[in-house]
Amino acid sequence: MSETAEATTPTLSLFEQLGGAAAVDAAVDIFYRKVLEDYRINRYFSGVDMEQQAAKQKSFLTMAFGGPNNYSGQDMRNAHARLVKMGLDDSHFDAVMENLTATLQELNVPENLIAQVDALAETTRSDVLGK
Amino acid sequence: MPHITLGETQITCPDGEVLLDSLLKAKLHIPYSCRQGLCQACMLRSLDVTPPAAAQIGLKDTLQRQNYFLACRCHPEQDMHIALPDQHGAAVTAVVINKQWLAADILRLIVQADSALSFYAGQFINLQRTDGLTRSYSIANLPAPDHTLEFHIRRLPQGQFSTWAHDELEVGDTLTLSHAQGSCHYLSGNPAQPLLLIGTGSGLAPLYGIINDALNQGHSGDIHLFHGSRDPDGLYLVDELHNLTATFANFHYTPCLSSADNNLGYRQGRAHDLALTNQKSLKGWRVYLCGHPEMVRESQRMAYLKGASLRDIYADAFVVGGGQMP
Repeated sequence: MSETAEATTPTLSLFEQLGGAAAVDAAVDIFYRKVLEDYRINRYFSGVDMEQQAAKQKSFLTMAFGGPNNYSGQDMRNAHARLVKMGLDDSHFDAVMENLTATLQELNVPENLIAQVDALAETTRSDVLGK
Repeated sequence: MPHITLGETQITCPDGEVLLDSLLKAKLHIPYSCRQGLCQACMLRSLDVTPPAAAQIGLKDTLQRQNYFLACRCHPEQDMHIALPDQHGAAVTAVVINKQWLAADILRLIVQADSALSFYAGQFINLQRTDGLTRSYSIANLPAPDHTLEFHIRRLPQGQFSTWAHDELEVGDTLTLSHAQGSCHYLSGNPAQPLLLIGTGSGLAPLYGIINDALNQGHSGDIHLFHGSRDPDGLYLVDELHNLTATFANFHYTPCLSSADNNLGYRQGRAHDLALTNQKSLKGWRVYLCGHPEMVRESQRMAYLKGASLRDIYADAFVVGGGQMP
């Protein structure tokens, strides 16, 4: 591809650069496994229906990947209110963020895109923690 | 504009509109939630044509093969007859042709349907008594030219249907069968994939069907079956399964007893512990789990943590008193 052609190529969205819905699927499988294996946070995921939980992770990652979503801060607050009562705090959110970054690194996502995903995921912090 | 038929109703779906919106505008009651292809609440089934590929993204491949699709992601390309997941297909009548006890409390019931039923071995079907009492049972055999179906019915202490089936149902009596449901079945197209099947009690029924389906279709990858029971009585079809291992080198069978009283040469322990604890990696495997809900939940988690992809794990929990009744 010549430089001129590259310059005129319409800019791809973050979601498209990451690989779209297929990339979300690949990431969910790795991310959710990391979360369940993480002793710092896995107690918050015990006793849940795994398929339903995976669907929620997929919804969250689609949003963090800049994909089409109907993210609602209020839904996020409601869903995590019980966990906040159990002691969910910033340290646990940080642990999830760590797992997210590690997932993207494992999938060889370029660092500049990882930073964008992290920034989008970070916007959910106050809703998740009920602040 | 494609015409879409649901039951008695026909609607048209304008270009650029998703089917879910067209159905809702026509005041049809379609369950839905996320509208973005994630929650799968709006799953429907095409009864004739193959649905658009984009409407099947994210569904388990067994459901894709059965022409299930998501209404919120569907831009119909041609006329379709569709149905809600629990609505398609008319009920058929079947007559009992054989009763045989595989173990003290497990009845093998063979019925013959009066017309062809479309199903995969391992799916489940609702059996209905003439007074309406209904229970779900898994299908243990492959579709046969004579329309016979095999079920394994375990006698439950308070089980209204199972007690009746064991004690009163007679050869020659009739039952009503629903259409087959569920995604727990074999799928051709990946014959070398290793399969792990774990079942407790009459959870063997669907697994027995799946194994026979796989072997019948020439599956070449290893097939590992772990069947568990508390008592030796609950391990059934032991000879048949041992014989199968003699015929097919890639089939491996491990009967497991969880009670301490075990001098019969069975493996000692719970089936899913024995199957999963020493398994290094299940990456790339397909896993089938049938039987006790607690076992199914634990195994699902263990198999996933060992590397099996969630979409490759097929779970069929036998919930007593709910939908699926052993």
